[in-house]
Amino acid sequence: MKPAPFEHHAPLTVEQAVAVLTEVGHDGKVLAGGQSLIPILNMRLASPAHLVDINRVAGLDTVEVTPDAVRVGALVRHAGLERSESAYAALPLLRQALVNVAHPAIRNRGTTVGSIAHADAAGEMPAILALTDGVVEVAGPTGSREIAWSDFFLGALETSLAAEELAVAVRFGRLPAGTGTAFTEAARRHGDYAMAGVGVTVTVTDGVVSGARASFVSVTDVPSVLDLGPALGGVEPGSGAWASALDDAAEAVRDHVDPEGDIHASADYRRMLVTELTRRVLPQAADRATTAPNAAFDRESAVTTLSSTPNAAFGGEGASDD
Amino acid sequence: MTTQMFGAPIRRKEDPRLVTGGGRYLDDLGHDALAAAFVRSPHAHARIVDIDASDAIDVEGVVGIYVHEDLPRSVGEPMPLLIPHPTLTHGRTGYALAKDQVNHVGEAVVMVVATDRYVAEDACQRIRVSYEQLPVVVGIETARDGDLLVHDDVPGNVAAHMLQEVGDVDAAMAAAPHTLTLDLDIERSACMPMEGKGVYARWDTERGELRMYSSTQTSTGVRAAVAARLELPLAKVECIAPDVGGGFGVKIMHPWPEEVLVPWAARLLGRPVKWAEDRREHFISSAHERGQLQRVTVAFDDEGHLLALDVKFWHDNGAYTPYGIIVPIITSTQLLGPYKPGTYRCEFWSLYTNTVLVTPYRGAGRPQGCFAMERTMDAIADELGLDRAEVRSRNFILPTEMPWDHGLLFQDGRPLKYDSGDFPASLAKLKELVGWDDFADYRRAAEAEGRKVGLGIGCYVEGTGVGPYEGGHIQIETSGRVNVSTGLTSQGQGHETVFAQIVAQELGVRMEDVHVTTGDTRKMAYAVGTFASRAAVMSGSAIALGARKVREKALRIAADALEVSPDDLEIVEGTVRVKGAPATSMSLGTVSVLSNPLRYAFDEAAKAATQFAGTFDPDKPPVAEGEEPGLEGKGFYSPTQATFANGMHAAIVETDPVTAEIKILRYCVIHDCGTMINPMIVEGQVHGGVAQGVGGALYERMAYDESGQLLNASYMDFLMPYASEVPTIEADHLETPSPLNPLGIKGAGEAGCIPVTAVIASAIEDAEGFPITRMPISPYELWELRRRHADGEIPSLHRLSRTSSKEPSA
Amino acid sequence: MTETTSETLHDVTVTVNGVRHSAAVPARRLLSDFLRHDLELTGTHVGCEHGVCGACTVLVDGQPMRSCLMFAVTAQDHAITTVEGLCSAPDARVAPTGESMNPVQQAFAECHGLQCGFCTPGFLTTVTAYLEENPSPTSEEAREAISGNLCRCTGYQNIVKSVLRAAEIKAERAGGASGEEQS
Repeated sequence: MKPAPFEHHAPLTVEQAVAVLTEVGHDGKVLAGGQSLIPILNMRLASPAHLVDINRVAGLDTVEVTPDAVRVGALVRHAGLERSESAYAALPLLRQALVNVAHPAIRNRGTTVGSIAHADAAGEMPAILALTDGVVEVAGPTGSREIAWSDFFLGALETSLAAEELAVAVRFGRLPAGTGTAFTEAARRHGDYAMAGVGVTVTVTDGVVSGARASFVSVTDVPSVLDLGPALGGVEPGSGAWASALDDAAEAVRDHVDPEGDIHASADYRRMLVTELTRRVLPQAADRATTAPNAAFDRESAVTTLSSTPNAAFGGEGASDD
Repeated sequence: MTTQMFGAPIRRKEDPRLVTGGGRYLDDLGHDALAAAFVRSPHAHARIVDIDASDAIDVEGVVGIYVHEDLPRSVGEPMPLLIPHPTLTHGRTGYALAKDQVNHVGEAVVMVVATDRYVAEDACQRIRVSYEQLPVVVGIETARDGDLLVHDDVPGNVAAHMLQEVGDVDAAMAAAPHTLTLDLDIERSACMPMEGKGVYARWDTERGELRMYSSTQTSTGVRAAVAARLELPLAKVECIAPDVGGGFGVKIMHPWPEEVLVPWAARLLGRPVKWAEDRREHFISSAHERGQLQRVTVAFDDEGHLLALDVKFWHDNGAYTPYGIIVPIITSTQLLGPYKPGTYRCEFWSLYTNTVLVTPYRGAGRPQGCFAMERTMDAIADELGLDRAEVRSRNFILPTEMPWDHGLLFQDGRPLKYDSGDFPASLAKLKELVGWDDFADYRRAAEAEGRKVGLGIGCYVEGTGVGPYEGGHIQIETSGRVNVSTGLTSQGQGHETVFAQIVAQELGVRMEDVHVTTGDTRKMAYAVGTFASRAAVMSGSAIALGARKVREKALRIAADALEVSPDDLEIVEGTVRVKGAPATSMSLGTVSVLSNPLRYAFDEAAKAATQFAGTFDPDKPPVAEGEEPGLEGKGFYSPTQATFANGMHAAIVETDPVTAEIKILRYCVIHDCGTMINPMIVEGQVHGGVAQGVGGALYERMAYDESGQLLNASYMDFLMPYASEVPTIEADHLETPSPLNPLGIKGAGEAGCIPVTAVIASAIEDAEGFPITRMPISPYELWELRRRHADGEIPSLHRLSRTSSKEPSA
Repeated sequence: MTETTSETLHDVTVTVNGVRHSAAVPARRLLSDFLRHDLELTGTHVGCEHGVCGACTVLVDGQPMRSCLMFAVTAQDHAITTVEGLCSAPDARVAPTGESMNPVQQAFAECHGLQCGFCTPGFLTTVTAYLEENPSPTSEEAREAISGNLCRCTGYQNIVKSVLRAAEIKAERAGGASGEEQS
């Protein structure tokens, strides 16, 4: 299990990276963390002629918290984002989901943007990008553009990113004040691709749900967001009406998802599972909406830049966490 | 007095080396070697029409490309059938490289040798093999139907059909007040050592000698097979098992095609060649085990005593039978566990399928047999409304009934005769450990919280330490260093430590002075191998016998030198001294000097043994009659039969009422392997076995599709448990010594995994209230069973229709 | 000449266990193979080559990563620690003693935390890094910390014990060292 030969490109700037990608076109693949790509190369399931290794590209390893979003550069490792206190304060959902991504050693190397660009239906972070109404920032030969999550994911392992384009960052949208979030998934083994997973946001205003959304892992072929407002809106979490509202929400999930079966779980089972997971995770999010809601925006620490890995030497330069 | 070594939980001698990166596994050797890679069949059943390597020949770095036609006669013949058996009427083996036809995905078709593995794989990718596909036989039902054949000349796909019967089963069955029939199914798993197989061979052109290293469980077996295939004198072949990264059975099978081809290529090319199996190769071209369909009919009286047991099973042996039918023979004999069956008939069919071949995996047929027997015990208890432990207890062979001869022939062709064991004591210990009698209360409390819990139990007996023999050689150097060698191999069992403990104890020397070598044919050419939980029993006993000889000789020589009687001497911490007068003494190193009369003094110590040193009797030769020079000795141990270890496990599981996820809350083990050499190591073996058992019960399976493709040939999809999937294991021991060997020991290697599938099935059944007959089981399968149960397709246990969920105690 | 042109070689310089190493290797050379076969540091083992088993885990700038899922060229200029580099004394591989091993190595040896030893280097690097972040884990945390590495021999019981024991040894040594300094 050794990869086929390829030509290695190590651009130092985004412009250089785009120039190489433009030159090699569909024969090229971007290498960032490589935690999904290299297994495929080792098994020779893919043999791209060119690998554009962006690990030395400057300026891609930062996490920035802005009033609207958490912006994550293409070289930010999952672990870097997971450990970022400012990102956690702004959008706890990120860490809630990231701890479910494979195992720590994989998260130390794999990048969040890479995982999104890989667009695996079993990936956690594509679902989170969708749930936060996120955007992919793209650099291409004719300049930069932004792709809304809903236009980005076209199918399983398929995105609207052109061969000559590089995803340089993603922005996870911040959530309204009074929002609680939660993420859960069920895998055969701890750390495996989930049989089903779900992330939810619940916004509580004046004691009742004013908004609720869910997005899913492994049960839809592309990330999608289900509005649970119709089921939960106006209901007070924990009240007498809450249980039947959860039933309605679960029913909506059951109708929404379209899982496929494989050797680990049948389609029917996954449908049941994601329905049940949603039912279990919604109260958690609703509880957090009142006890630990997403942080209100603090203008003093509006923009925080931090390196993607605890050791700055690996990710390149970057300010420290605090 | 010398510190007690035997029986103490001594830290392993291996570990300082292994934890500092000092291990030397197969692929750590031979950095200058050429690399071999293989083109393997992508089809489960096909005729090879053409092989076109023209695009690969010119790849820079390719040294050789070989197909079957390139092999000389002896290398190109079918691989040996290692263990023939009269009932294996249609044994078939493959070729080192496929000839005309392939019978499973992964069969080697072309070998490429190149400067490195990357280049070798490049060349493999460029070789085009065209195939004419043939109908594929996958699954035991399809094989049993016999409409499609794996081998044209094997009717019904039946490799072997075997029947053993003790007593008149039909008569007992006809007269019995109760009978039950169970249809059971257990799927394939595999050993999956963390290190795959590997072979590294160097040909010495000047001396015409082959040295090979193999990640094997039998270096003597590989050596003999390779010498025969390469038509070399045995004296010109050496085989060494270096550090081996786990075996669990798959590496006792030999010679693997690569073990013949790599040395052959090394000799042909006059250059060292190495092949290190990658993980995908290990999945599709090594071996699997476990898959069986079983039908058990049992007759019993009102108290649950067995009257007759009639077992039929169909065993999937994969595409070939190079290891014979050891696995189903073990199932058919070890199925009986600690019980007296009344009368017993077991009939099996070993069937070909177009899948990877089946050879022993830790437990080797016992987990399947235990599953059949223990499912049956639970069914009897449920039928009669009796406590499950009580039904087992009523059928136990009692200590007073030992030795117990079942009247069957075991896997070694010798009587299935239990030597010792105290099953009632084991059961009592287990019930105490798991809190058997309190479980009803626990269940009630859990149910009140909306939780579903279940308690399961499983008992087994394991024949360990089968022959034919092993040997041990002990030599004491003039420095006092004790060299011990035995021919069987090590894959993590701690042999360097436990064999040193035996020698330290027997000789009276310090642990740090004892150095053990295993699996090196240069050091010990006579050996069988490491399998069947036999290393401690066989090599341990042989080494003890050898050490006793050396001790006697040392005392003889020292007695002569000290002018005392050998009976007055003792050996303590490497010094021979007079009992009660320890000042009169000499070190074993000095004894070693004296044991070897010298003409030349190579150091100070050696002077004492030269011809002008000291006094001697001029009428006696320097080496006494009947003696040999050197302080060394050999022992061989060859038992008349296996020694039988046993154990009992219990588990408490919780199943999620909605998602059917299964969690093991507690796992308890009572284990009896006779006298323990090192309890820490025994416990480690039990832990590892239980973890593999948990894998086999809840996670691992070989998912073949109907075209014979293995859908989960990776660690991503073949779900070996991580730490997060293995429960805390609570283990306790009973030590019922074996009367058969000098140390009273029984094997421990396989024990842990044997009953786990049965125990987990028992516990899930207990939690769910309907029968579990098919293992492994995953959450979605349990969820499907619940649906079928709710729809009335699966009956409830009788327990549920009785007054309460309390386990009745008889 | 041959049909396929020979591969471009890249000069790779990596600091491994504190020593700078250079070698010219093809771009596709996996870091695991680079360490094992180019530098002949064979303590790092390869169990699956698809990132699941963790046997090949090394520390890259102190962080555990799968060396089978990295190319040597990408490791350029980074600092790698392999199992050979965990020992505190340079002679530990020749004559390992309790003190010359790092606390994790010592704990694994004390607690029978290994059997065949093949997966062990990946556990040792993983646990060494883990204890830097969490010096006194609970039993549950210890289990979680090792849950990305496969072991087929031990059933993990004694590995969990080893993690806890390593934390103790680390604390003991830290206490002992500061005490010695004062005396």
